[in-house]
Amino acid sequence: MSTPVITADAVTVAPPSMGQRQWMVLVRATLRQWRARIGLAIFLLMVLIALFGPLIAPHSPDAFVAAPNAPAGHGLLFGSDSLGRDVWSRFLNGGRSVLGMSLGSTVIGVGLGLVVGLTAAYLGGAADEVLMRISDVFMAFPQIVLALLLVTAFGPSVPLIILIVGISTAPRVARVIRGAALQIVERDFVKAAEAVGEPRRRIIFGELLPNVTSPLLVEVGLRLTYSIGLIAALNFIGDGIQPPASDWGVMINENRLAVSVQPWGVLLPILAIALLTIGTNLLTDGFARAAIGLDRGE
Amino acid sequence: MSRFLLRRILLGLLTLLLVSIVVFAATQALPGNAARAILGRNATPARLAALTLQLHLNRSVPSQYFHWLGGLVTGNLGTSAATQQPVSQLISGRIANSAFLVFVSAIIAIPLSIALGVLMAVRRDRPTDHILSTTSLALASLPDFVIGIGLALLFATNVTHILPAVSLIPPGEHAWNVPKEVILPAATLIIAVTPYISRIMRASMVEVLESDYVTMARLKGLPNRTVIWRHAVPNAIVPAIQVSALQLAYMAGGVVLVEYVFSFPGVGAQLVDSVGNRDIPVVQALAIIIAAVYVVVNLAADLLTIVVTPRLRTAGR
Repeated sequence: MSTPVITADAVTVAPPSMGQRQWMVLVRATLRQWRARIGLAIFLLMVLIALFGPLIAPHSPDAFVAAPNAPAGHGLLFGSDSLGRDVWSRFLNGGRSVLGMSLGSTVIGVGLGLVVGLTAAYLGGAADEVLMRISDVFMAFPQIVLALLLVTAFGPSVPLIILIVGISTAPRVARVIRGAALQIVERDFVKAAEAVGEPRRRIIFGELLPNVTSPLLVEVGLRLTYSIGLIAALNFIGDGIQPPASDWGVMINENRLAVSVQPWGVLLPILAIALLTIGTNLLTDGFARAAIGLDRGE
Repeated sequence: MSRFLLRRILLGLLTLLLVSIVVFAATQALPGNAARAILGRNATPARLAALTLQLHLNRSVPSQYFHWLGGLVTGNLGTSAATQQPVSQLISGRIANSAFLVFVSAIIAIPLSIALGVLMAVRRDRPTDHILSTTSLALASLPDFVIGIGLALLFATNVTHILPAVSLIPPGEHAWNVPKEVILPAATLIIAVTPYISRIMRASMVEVLESDYVTMARLKGLPNRTVIWRHAVPNAIVPAIQVSALQLAYMAGGVVLVEYVFSFPGVGAQLVDSVGNRDIPVVQALAIIIAAVYVVVNLAADLLTIVVTPRLRTAGR
């Protein structure tokens, strides 16, 4: 984002963090864009499928109900998968793990990145240099390679995958938050808080944090989109949640070889992952545009 | 400026050294014997002992690291635990294949996305722009493997069966001798990176088209084509080139899943297989190679930015 223009609030002592009214303005500016509205609708639909799908599934996701790769029809909406399980039921059960794991990773990644970024920006000097060099080392790996490296060491396990994806996300968030916070650290209300003798932790979380909320929310959306892709990919290549779990990533791999006979087993989960990431990304893009617009005073 | 360059290159080398420590620590030095991880359920005491010797696990951790690093620097990457082949022999052909895949993808994706960005900017806020912008935003959201499987569904199965779903490249054959097998993996990478470059090109081009000298060129009565391609594009292209370099670095990681989807015989598919086999020497070598490419290309992108931005060139002194 551009360097802030010096405005009246830069010289007053009160922190110019956003009040409730400004939040409403931001939310409205986001939802005025049709792309953001579509994004929100898609995202909510996929969340509903993930949450309530298991309740409306006609069969157990693990029950063998037909011959392998049976075509759609005969009481099965989308046919059966490579082992004779109901594709529709497995699809309805397959969203919870993808969404749950990626939300977990996003919380860990953004939380950790936020703390590191704010701390680096506030402390500056050697502490900043060390924290950013460590981030650089973790950012020297594409996320998928770092994840695979750690899977090699520890083997695939769900809590570990959540942690690994979170850790590989954190340095990227730290970078952005540090950049946003650097502009705030120099402002007068931070100096004032220091002069009054507020403890460091209070300044970091009480004064800096409220002023980086819009880049933070953009990061949450962006990182959620990437985490969904990464988690689904790890489940797909067999290094995440293990079969017989019904999971969209696992489903794609299980039904990949029979795709010309029974396309639904691949098509449904692929569409679901695609829609989920498109939804989060459209919404994030709309929010980012709205936030930039407010910054420019539009 | 040369001192600044030197500093950046030294920092890049330092990062690579730290990367090697992370790779080593994650795979070999962490609690849980690496030999046991490789052998898994097949571990008998005799096999464990043999592999422990082969991987030098009986030495101290720093000694193991320096031995491994020494090998790495001299090109001795060890022996694959799964196939007992030298790692370098196992992966050299695959490196060439992956490099070819990335090269083909980049050489198509970069001009294509710059052209698309120009088109969107010239047609700003008109239907062409809206459709292309929304499509590129949607495509940018998609995970690579989803794009790959989507393409395979469209072109290699029921819908149209015109391209191979799996890159059946015989062992020892180079990817460039069987171009048909490269089309779908390359198309996947192109679709994955094009939205990022074209969106930046659009933004930069929109800004330039509003500038005074473009208005001036139009007032002089130059034809529209000349104004756009001779006056506007050269001034708008710098950010797109920077992003292209970053996308090139991104592809070093992107190949992992794309190659796996199409069983393309490159480093990415090999990495997934070796992680599955817990073939630690191969995983270590591939992780280091991918990270090195990633660091070097990112460094090159940084340097390129400095070279093409006069303001930064002088600030670095």
